Order: sequence, then C-alpha cells, then structure tokens
Amino acid sequence: MDLEAVKKVTGILLDYLPNTLKLFAVTLLFAIPAGMLVTMLKKCRFKPVAWLTNFYILVMRGTPLMLQIIAIYYAVPMLKANFANDGTTGLFASFINNIDTRSDSYMFTALCVAFVLNYAAYFAEIFRGGVDSIPRGQYEAASMLGMTKMQTFLRIILPQVTKRVIPATANEVITLVKDTSLANVIAYAEITMKAKQQMNTYSSIIPLFIAGLFYFVLNAIVTILFSVIEKKFNYYKT
Amino acid sequence: MAILEIRNIAKSFDGNQVLRDISFDVEQGQVVAVIGPSGSGKSTLLRCINQLEKADGGEMTVDGTKMFHTDEAKNKIVYASKQELRDIRMKIGLVFQNFNLFPHFNVLHNITEAPVHVLKKPKQEAENEARELLAKMGLEGKEKAYPCELSGGQQQRVSIARALALKPKILFFDEPTSALDPELTGEILKVIKELAKEKMTMVIVTHEMAFARDVANHVIFMDEGVIVEEGTPDEVFGNTHNERTKQFLSRFKQ
Repeated sequence: MDLEAVKKVTGILLDYLPNTLKLFAVTLLFAIPAGMLVTMLKKCRFKPVAWLTNFYILVMRGTPLMLQIIAIYYAVPMLKANFANDGTTGLFASFINNIDTRSDSYMFTALCVAFVLNYAAYFAEIFRGGVDSIPRGQYEAASMLGMTKMQTFLRIILPQVTKRVIPATANEVITLVKDTSLANVIAYAEITMKAKQQMNTYSSIIPLFIAGLFYFVLNAIVTILFSVIEKKFNYYKT
Repeated sequence: MAILEIRNIAKSFDGNQVLRDISFDVEQGQVVAVIGPSGSGKSTLLRCINQLEKADGGEMTVDGTKMFHTDEAKNKIVYASKQELRDIRMKIGLVFQNFNLFPHFNVLHNITEAPVHVLKKPKQEAENEARELLAKMGLEGKEKAYPCELSGGQQQRVSIARALALKPKILFFDEPTSALDPELTGEILKVIKELAKEKMTMVIVTHEMAFARDVANHVIFMDEGVIVEEGTPDEVFGNTHNERTKQFLSRFKQ
C-alpha cells in the first residue's frame, strides 16, 4: 500500500468513526444508570428479585457479548416468523410484531440493547463493590445526625462510591471502546468492519493497523479523561 | 424526672445474651461513666440507646418520651412511631470510637451538614455556629481542612463539634479515646471536661479510669452484660466491696 492508499483508507475509516462513537456513547449513557438500577435490584430485600438479578448478571458476564449481539439481533425476526406460524397473539407477540426489522434503526437499536444489557451487568458489579466498601460507620454517623436514608445515600455514600469506582469504571470504558468492534458480526458499518473490507480491497493488513490506531487514540483520550476525573477526587483520602 | 430512664434492657446476638436486665437513670447535667472489661456489653448498651441496635426487651424513656417498652402479654418489644424515634434521635448525640467523619467534606461542612440539611437552618447561621464550636474545640483555622489532613485527636474533636451542632440534650461517647495515643487522649479528655463544666449531660463508655474518676459524678461498672456495681466515683473506685470490681480495678492501679 502506498501513502495515497493509506490516506484513502484513513479517510474511509474516519467517515465511519461516528458509527463506532455512536454505539460507544449510547451504551455508556444508558449502561451506567442501568448498572445503578441493577445494583439496587441486587440489593433488594425481596429475595426473588435479588436472585433474578444475580441470574441476569451471571448470564451477561458468563456468555460472550458477540453471542448476545447475534442472539438479540436475530431473535426478533425469528420470533416474528414463529408467531406467524403458530398464530400466537398477546401482549408480547404484538410488541415483537410491531418492531420493524427492516428499518434503518433496527440494527443499531438491537446493538444498543445487547451492549447496554451486557455492560449494565459489569457496571452493576463495580458499583456494588463500591457501595459495599463504604464502612458501616458512615451510615451510622449519618443516621445519628438525623439524615434520612435518601440523604445518606445521595450526600454521604454516593460521592464516596464515585471516587472508589473510578479506576474500575475506566477499565470498563476502555474495554467498551474496543468491544464496539464486535458489532461487525452483524455487519454494522463501524471501523473494524470497514477496515476488513479495505483489507480485502488492497490485499493488505495495513487497514487493520490503521483501525487499531483509531482505537488506540480513542483509548488514550479515555485514559486522560479518567485521570483528570480521578485527580478531581483527590482532594481527600479515606 | 430523669432525662434518660432505662429499665431491664435485654439484648442477645444469635442466642448469646449480651445485655441482661440493665436499668439505670441519667439526670439532667449528670456525667455518667460506664466502665468494664471488653465484651461486657458497654458498647452494645450504647448502641441500643442510640437506636443503632434494637433491644430485645425492657423499657426506655428519653426526656419524657417512651422510646420502647415491652408488651408483657405478647412478650414483645414495642418501639415508638417513626416520627417519635426521629424526635428522640435528634435529642441524642453520639461520638464514635473511630470518629466516622465524612471524608469527602471539609471540617466546616462536616459540622454544618446536619444543621443545614436536617434542621434546615440557613447556611450562614450554621456556619457561624460551627465556627464557634471549632473555636471551643481549639480548632480555629481548620475549617477548610479535610479529615484526612487532621490528627486523630483533631478528628475526634471535629466529631464532638459535629454532634454538638445539633444541640443534643444528652451526648454519648463510645470509647472516644481508644483509637488515640495518650497525648491525643489528653486533648479529648480536656474537651469533655469543659463540657462537663457547662453541665452537658453525658454518658461516656471509657477505659480511662483516672478520667472516669475525675470527671464523672456517677460510675457504672458492667461485666458480662449486667451492672455489677454503680455509685459515685469515690464509692466505686475508692471504697468498693464488690470482688469483681476490685479485681477489674486492680489492673489499673499503678
């Protein structure tokens, strides 16, 4: 590959970078609050809810994300076909039937569902570890001062948990940048998918290197961002 | 009428009876020292009084409000309503052995947090009062410091100020100097003495026998979940006829 070709491939990958970033951003935006919700469900005093949540986490962390992407993407059209064959009706059937799998947004939506479900499980475990690491004395001090449970959580516990989970969260976010490449398994036009195409076009492995460089730069930015955030929380130590 | 009345409190953990039949009164302005060997139930008693643990039986009244009593017919403990428990809690302050300051708030914020967010005091007023308390604790100029930047003795003084900011009617201390070296212990004892002079009602669980004798006007000696002996410091420390008390105190005599 000559320099011209490298430039051309880089340009193509840049064109498709927004697709990678879109998946990354949407996943992050929804998976973090979803992870908090899962943490709460896991800590639910009504045991069946906690058990169900544990099972969900077990499945999400115990099976490959790539498999989950494929399963969710193909589940809807397959269910539709089954429902049509069996003549199944009902709330769930009509919900599935109303999903337009031919629309432009279907693939992206399916990807987001898979990514958010998967990442929420990991974030939930990180947050749970953070919450559990706060000493009992903090709750007791807050309760002796007459603070409500909500005040205690929002004003005393959450800020301390945030500081503690930053390094583990950074790990997860870095992994997410790279995991977006798994979307190529259902032919989502992100940079790994495009790099593979260019590799075939030019019979060269260089497009893959360029794609690798993209991920590397993205993660360098993520790393810097997180170290800035970490410094912001350095004003106190526990 | 006593400000704190405790009758027949019992508490057990997994069948292990930690408190049995504890009864005593605390009068307004009294300083009560609770002494006894480790595992005698002193801290559990304090935690039951402060609603950090639930008692199994007995009766307790704080400033005229019944916090819990035992329904004899059902042999079950009955606690007051949530609102009443809350009101009682606001009359009681607790200073912990390991301070439990909020590490992410500076000293001033640690003290003003509850007055501002629980009592809904204006921030300025709460901060002025906090500064006065800090001055009293000998901590002027430390307003902006974070707990991690303070010595143990300073942290404990901040936590005393934090408890005082809510103007409790009774202040409890759970071994306030056990995490401190002798020099820092002196700082805390000085502060507690000051409070005693101001007629602050206090109940202090402590291993500092000399201090208990010096500052308390009532001493309770506990062992194995019961009150073995109680009385004035002179009675307990100077003139006890109880063998168990003698045995315990002999270890502290130099």
